[in-house]
Amino acid sequence: MELGEHLFRRESGRIVASLSRIFGLENLGMAEDVAQDVFCRALEVWKLRGVPQNPSAWLMKAAKNRAIDLLRRERRVRNIVGDFGHLLESEWTLVPTVNEALSAEAIKDDQLRMMFSCCDPGLSQEVQVALILRLLCGFTILEIANAFLSREAAIEKRIERGKKALAASQRLFDMTDAELHSRLATVHRALYLLFNEGYHASTAQRVVRGELCREAMRLGASLLENPMVATPATYALCALMWLNAARLRARVDGYGDLIALADQDRSLWDPALIEKGNYFLDESASGSELTEYHVEAAIASIHSNAARVEDTDWARLVWLYDTLMQIRPTPVIALNRAIAIAHLDGPERGIDAIRAIPHGERLASYPFFPAALAELELRAGKLAEAREHFRAAAELARNESERRFLELRAEATAR
Amino acid sequence: MSQFVYLYRGGRRAESPAEGEQQMQRWVKWLGDLAAKGHIKDQGQPLEPAGKVVRSKGRSITDGPYPESKDVVGGYTLVEAKDLGQAAELAGGCPIFEYDGLVEVRPVMEM
Repeated sequence: MELGEHLFRRESGRIVASLSRIFGLENLGMAEDVAQDVFCRALEVWKLRGVPQNPSAWLMKAAKNRAIDLLRRERRVRNIVGDFGHLLESEWTLVPTVNEALSAEAIKDDQLRMMFSCCDPGLSQEVQVALILRLLCGFTILEIANAFLSREAAIEKRIERGKKALAASQRLFDMTDAELHSRLATVHRALYLLFNEGYHASTAQRVVRGELCREAMRLGASLLENPMVATPATYALCALMWLNAARLRARVDGYGDLIALADQDRSLWDPALIEKGNYFLDESASGSELTEYHVEAAIASIHSNAARVEDTDWARLVWLYDTLMQIRPTPVIALNRAIAIAHLDGPERGIDAIRAIPHGERLASYPFFPAALAELELRAGKLAEAREHFRAAAELARNESERRFLELRAEATAR
Repeated sequence: MSQFVYLYRGGRRAESPAEGEQQMQRWVKWLGDLAAKGHIKDQGQPLEPAGKVVRSKGRSITDGPYPESKDVVGGYTLVEAKDLGQAAELAGGCPIFEYDGLVEVRPVMEM
């Protein structure tokens, strides 16, 4: 049988979450070791014997056996409380308890609980995201470091900090906790960050960072499976991820260079993702809360559903950006609003809007600030100004593909 | 057709699960191809790296074989081939070489 993509990503998260319910969060390391060990053995066996019909079940059964062995050995030397406490002390109850804890139904909830545990509001967002990638997505420290363009030591530290906080809380987050909804907002934020981190990928890291998008979507979908957390905001977040992910393939050309939205080959957009995204967006339209995810999803849907760039509903986009500015006024959103205004009312009006951005100085190091000005000057026919702004933007580029993109634009003004 | 045993010796472990999956897929493909050509008699089993070594009629039992040793046998497969030459040639496609391991090809003794 063919293995699905990244079996370990999925399974490691399931095994770690479920075992940490048994071992307790203070023994998280044990759960991680079991997951690692089970997977290594699986690969050794499958290598010669072939992949079994149901690899997930095989792994879970192996994890069960390893966990039981480990509990028999460790319960004498360390205090293992977890969710079951004394049930693990006697031989009579040990095996049935572990079996029950690792049943298919229990496992699903455990992953959600782990996700909520990782999103402890006392932890910084970067720690939350690193924990999610490590514990729920089975990323190695090196893979996380590559994804965030940071050093392994820095990531290691983040994860240690996070694990300490988890150990202090002892048990996985309880989904009946009164804090569920405020915690859900933190989960949304973390998944949003994870997705965006992957979406704005640079060339060299594109492969691993594409996986960040995929993981954020997988975890988002798992929220939708639980009625308690499948809120309108969760649907909106998923809509936004699906609708943007639909365009991922068209975002870079054969050389790894970025392609502007207007110039993308729209036939490369993924219609299945757009359809699903539209469905999520419909489902998000209930209740009274309008989140930034709703608005961002609506923006993504306008782009993704326009067959040609001329079909884009700019008036509605300006209105959506106005709304977004009320929820979360940031210079980057203001910049996008100005670009939409330029499309609607002409480049001069867009340039005015850019110049009027409050706290525009915060955009000083953001390459797409001068780049946006340049595009509008170009459209207004002011080639020299445009070239100057594009060059300034290229100086600020954060990675090679941004730099090449901006340099190509600067060259285009010479024609 | 004669029978041969492939003894897989050494080979480092994958550094990440992603690499491990890739490694495993290569093995599955290699053995699958051999099976499709009718060369596999028994796909064999992987072996635990450490066990016991028994000597002197059981008066000496020690841990072993030396788990540190880089050419410890990690598994075996029973294959069929025309002759030793062909068996060795077929072993050349084994993914273990990409991970610093080797394949020992041994003819099964015939009557």
